[in-house]
Amino acid sequence: MSDLKLNRSDVMKKIMAVRNNALVITGLGSPVWDLAASDHRPDNFYSWGGMGCAISMGLGCALAQSEKKVWVITGDGEALMGLGSLATVAAQRPSNLAVIVLDNEHYGETGMQRTHTSHGTDIAAIASGAGIQTTMTVNNPETLEGLTTALTTGLLPMVAVIKVAAGKPNLILPSRDGVYIKNQFRQAVLGATEAMHSS
Amino acid sequence: MPDAWTAEAHRLFKEFNIKTVGYVPDAGLTDLINSCEADNDINAVVMTTEEEGIGLSAGAWLGGDKSAVLMQSSGVGNTVNAIASIITSCQFPLFMIVTMRGQYGESNPWQIPMGQAVAPVLKSLGVHVFEVETNKEAAEAIEAGLKMAFVSNAAVAVLIGQKLIGAKSFIADVAEEVTHV
Repeated sequence: MSDLKLNRSDVMKKIMAVRNNALVITGLGSPVWDLAASDHRPDNFYSWGGMGCAISMGLGCALAQSEKKVWVITGDGEALMGLGSLATVAAQRPSNLAVIVLDNEHYGETGMQRTHTSHGTDIAAIASGAGIQTTMTVNNPETLEGLTTALTTGLLPMVAVIKVAAGKPNLILPSRDGVYIKNQFRQAVLGATEAMHSS
Repeated sequence: MPDAWTAEAHRLFKEFNIKTVGYVPDAGLTDLINSCEADNDINAVVMTTEEEGIGLSAGAWLGGDKSAVLMQSSGVGNTVNAIASIITSCQFPLFMIVTMRGQYGESNPWQIPMGQAVAPVLKSLGVHVFEVETNKEAAEAIEAGLKMAFVSNAAVAVLIGQKLIGAKSFIADVAEEVTHV
């Protein structure tokens, strides 16, 4: 386990610079503020609950929107709660889904208790073992560069674990209204008419 | 020969433009799972736990697709927080078909408590529950449920009763001989 840890806000800026028209679904907690701070836009789905479901949501969206890339940005605690979904992603092989885990090795919202990744659990290795062919661990500027390249031109599905420093982030809060977040996302993706009158 | 209700369920999935079907297998769902897997216009997604189906369904809706989630009654217990936190909070549509265990003629005592809890648990989360015991009732409830889910943004579960799917002797299904010790 490397001691090198990146700054999550720098990481998010680098990643969002290559986002283009990718749809982004977050896990709950810090990834919500990270995304709101770095690239707040209507085709962001911010999760305020449903821990363990971010990757499944990303899979559902990726299967529905096969022409667009779908990125799941989540934390290590959230990903650990839904590890089985990595096997489900592997079985489906969606060629447009990237799962990005911001791994600070702690549960940030509940008092910074240590997660399993601080005890040696390797989510990228679990993803690989689940059958996902493209996996990577990012813990320095060079591997971060490799990730942005992979997000642009690499083979998907992919799971990337980014080791980031634990600390108190600046809170940039989007709406907490789930109905609003859902409808705004659907309107951005589908257009107003289809979003409200599903065919 | 597929069960009549499962053939009707598949036909209704087509009629309602269901594109994704997440499932954790159950004996009573075999025919429906097979017909969905064989259908090139449906993404049939085998899941490791039923909770994934709730995320999958919400994510599909975000991307503009309708979906159905299939599971056995015990799997409902694995979906509780996902339904409450995601489906109910955001008013996502949800359509589930649950094949029941722990009811009429059950031979595995460990199935009974969760089987009995399914309807009250789902109702407590705001899910509309349709309990059916005949092929005709099942087909009607699946049609009504699909309409309610995707036109009225509702969460609906159709519970296929053990009287309809049969209280199978699960041991006899997998063993040549049975010895008790």
